[in-house]
Amino acid sequence: MTGIISDNVGRPSGLIKAASGGGGVWTKIKEITASSDSTISFVDGTSDVVLDSTYPIYVFKFNIHPSADARLQVNFRDGGSSYDATKTSTFWEASHAEDEGRAEVGYVTDYDLAQSTSVQALAYVSNGNEEVSAGTLHLFSPSSTTFVKHYICRVSCHHSMPGSIDTFIAGYCNVTAAIDGVQFSMSSGNIDAGTIKMYGIGDS
Amino acid sequence: MSGIIAQNSSRHTGLVKAASAAGTWNLIETQTASSDSTLDFTSGIDSTYAEYVFKWINIHPATDGAFFQINFRDGSSAYDATKTSTAFEAYHLESGDTALGYKGANDVAQGTGVQRISAQLGNDNDQDACGYLHLFNPSSTTFIKPYKSRTIHNAQEDYAEDHYIAGYCNVTAAIDGVQFSMSSGNIDAGTISLYGIS
Repeated sequence: MTGIISDNVGRPSGLIKAASGGGGVWTKIKEITASSDSTISFVDGTSDVVLDSTYPIYVFKFNIHPSADARLQVNFRDGGSSYDATKTSTFWEASHAEDEGRAEVGYVTDYDLAQSTSVQALAYVSNGNEEVSAGTLHLFSPSSTTFVKHYICRVSCHHSMPGSIDTFIAGYCNVTAAIDGVQFSMSSGNIDAGTIKMYGIGDS
Repeated sequence: MSGIIAQNSSRHTGLVKAASAAGTWNLIETQTASSDSTLDFTSGIDSTYAEYVFKWINIHPATDGAFFQINFRDGSSAYDATKTSTAFEAYHLESGDTALGYKGANDVAQGTGVQRISAQLGNDNDQDACGYLHLFNPSSTTFIKPYKSRTIHNAQEDYAEDHYIAGYCNVTAAIDGVQFSMSSGNIDAGTISLYGIS
């Protein structure tokens, strides 16, 4: 490594030599912009999506406006074409109404899962013209055929009460088959607008 | 962006245009456990970055019911920085029971002992823990050193456990080392990566 490249080692700007394997930086894999979509799917090997052993951690960052007041939800594909991986999870939230009529923290039994193949609720999303909800979902080691597949998520939601809800979801796909697809949808209506960005985080 | 640089966009090797400075994650070290009593990070934690992140993946304990734990080195060779922290958790049994609450057994009040960063782990062959810890400004010799952590894991009795920690090393000495361990047995398998955020 010589010249400009050598001189720039360790610097955050300019021409540099990329570290092997991405150097642990976040690598943007795919960005999908919603346009009245019933589902948005990220499938390994499809449309430039990589969801395999390339990265040990995958991160989805989303900013969603729905066509109806509804729940944003996700599911995982574990080998077949269906999004139906068995899951166990927790769901809790903090909420605060704009009129201060509600300010609380609590567990939400309606939206957790116990060995269920159903969708995993992530957020309540209201659909006023200016309203969106944004969050981050981490999926750990989806290609493992030894361990279950853990995921964690946090979403800042605009709820129709109206007010803010901060949701915290964590759980695992209780399968040893690899997870090779992730699908986002709404409990009713569609994903009217917004973006979902998929990243991989390297460790080598 | 043009020529070779443009052609190399999103690639991992060759000449590329560096990402913008703010928020860039830089891999410092990855350690893979193989029946290790501890995994120690003893270099690369200094004033280079204001925020460091540890991410652990597929941490599998040798002993069922062990706690995954951490401690910090503040100048000497011992991992014994004084800490005060909070701990809370949400859990959901595969059979149905749920709870959200403070976890008094896992917080620390001016203690030098380990900081638990999980509840009791399950060690079935397919059970593991994944999560992260942020350590802020460890090289400061003026301020205490805040940290925060979140871990999702299979608990001993087959349930999903979402475990949160936040606290601080109540020292003004720099933190220059971090040690991971289990409360009993060893770290049978898994990886821990250390990143600096520029």
